Amino acid sequence: MEEFISYLFIGLGNGAVYAMLGLGLVVIYRSTGLLNFAQGEMAMFATFIVWTLADSGLPLWLAMFGGMFGGFVIGVVVHQVVVRPVGDPHQKPLAVVIVTIGMFLGFNALAKLIWGADDKTLLNLFGRSGIDIFGTEVAWQKLGALAVLAIEAVIFWMLFQRTKIGLAMRAVASNPESSALCGIPVTRVLMFGWGLATAIGAVAGTFTAPITAVSSNLMQLTLIYAFAAITLGGFDSFVGAIVGGLLVGVLSDVLPRYVDFFEKMPLAPAFILILVVLLVRPEGIFGQRKVSRV
Amino acid sequence: MSLLEVSGLTAGYGIVQVLFGLDFTVDAGEAVVILGANGSGKTTTLRAVSGMIASSGDVVLDGQRVTNSRPDELLRRGVAHVPQGRGTIVDLTVEDNLRVGAYSRPAGDVDAEIARWYEVFPRLGERRSQAAGSMSGGEQQMLAIARAFMSRPRLVLLDEPSLGLAPLVTREVFDRVGELVRDTGTAVLLVEQNANLALAFASRAYVLEAGRIVNAGTAAQLQGDESIRKAYLGS
Repeated sequence: MEEFISYLFIGLGNGAVYAMLGLGLVVIYRSTGLLNFAQGEMAMFATFIVWTLADSGLPLWLAMFGGMFGGFVIGVVVHQVVVRPVGDPHQKPLAVVIVTIGMFLGFNALAKLIWGADDKTLLNLFGRSGIDIFGTEVAWQKLGALAVLAIEAVIFWMLFQRTKIGLAMRAVASNPESSALCGIPVTRVLMFGWGLATAIGAVAGTFTAPITAVSSNLMQLTLIYAFAAITLGGFDSFVGAIVGGLLVGVLSDVLPRYVDFFEKMPLAPAFILILVVLLVRPEGIFGQRKVSRV
Repeated sequence: MSLLEVSGLTAGYGIVQVLFGLDFTVDAGEAVVILGANGSGKTTTLRAVSGMIASSGDVVLDGQRVTNSRPDELLRRGVAHVPQGRGTIVDLTVEDNLRVGAYSRPAGDVDAEIARWYEVFPRLGERRSQAAGSMSGGEQQMLAIARAFMSRPRLVLLDEPSLGLAPLVTREVFDRVGELVRDTGTAVLLVEQNANLALAFASRAYVLEAGRIVNAGTAAQLQGDESIRKAYLGS
């Protein structure tokens, strides 16, 4: 039992990080209508900015905010310079998706070029100590990830449901042409969406880095888990990204400890989950089936 | 000086030219219709005026040339466009659609104005928290029109509101828009192929054929015109 609780919280803590990256994927999917395969690499790039700032002596929290700002700028630039010129993803989705795969490779190479191929270390945001829960030591870092995810969820909800820019983002996601006719500056709204998605990627990266190391491969596994998370929860649902992320985290950390089959293949639960969800409920648990009368 | 003065407007899609030099005007507070059959370029005309597609020629609003301005810029100058097929944002609730309509305005009195629209169109009030896409075609048309008026426009471009609606519903939509035009003094540029309804609604009309304006006059003149009667009124 104690063992299970320990694995459970490790899973929840890791799942919170998948959910954070998943939130970024959902923001882009909802605003631009495409799956951004470069999401993880853009987050990795922003995490290198966090590392650079932390390495120059800034407290880690401040460095993370700096990385978020850097990520925001990266997202805006990527949208303006790379994504937008390719064309409307609603009309030629394949072209834009392939461009995001190109960006995946580009960011990976660029990070190696700027920061070198050797691993860098980033410390835990919440230190190395833990707290006793039901007789098991649970790391503050894992609880901290959950808390940060909760804060992000509240901010997202407020932003999308209670602000004008949020309304504009929802409108543009559903019908960019009509949104423009209603006076919404569509391009600026999309820029903001890409900035936002990359900014929270910096947070996800800051939580991933202490487990592995800061390297150009930092977010690749996390991205696969995040894809599993939003497939499970629904590509267009913020709640889905959070619930999906936590579920995928728990499954991937708990199952391999108890099922021999998964012991050698820790990624397998995530892939099996993607497969089953796509077969049974393609829109995901919280995803919307489009209802409309023409 | 007219509110909207269009001269020599040409536009098309890629290598296909659709409009071949249109001239027309809309005065402040006036309802004008451009009549035309399917494929004559009605929708293209409105899309060119509101900057949804590239065009050449002159689109002059209040004496200022606004050719090829972005739709959101034109909206800020007082031109709202209800596109063909209504353009309601189907995933958003009815109320959010109205809020989107007020996007270009400061937030202050938006709630009060939304409440007023619920009085004008009670069906919208009943369905305020329902997804716009779940409403009937007529209700969505009312919503699209209310949304356009939320921006307090001086000119509304209205693209074939009768499309896909039952005749009775169409008549109601026209009646309501007519009331709105009278009550608010907003000018309307309507494109339609339902000549009966459109000529009863508008004070002046242009006739569009294959991208050229072939006839123009007051609604009364055109109602009496033999060629119009043959082509559009069926008698």
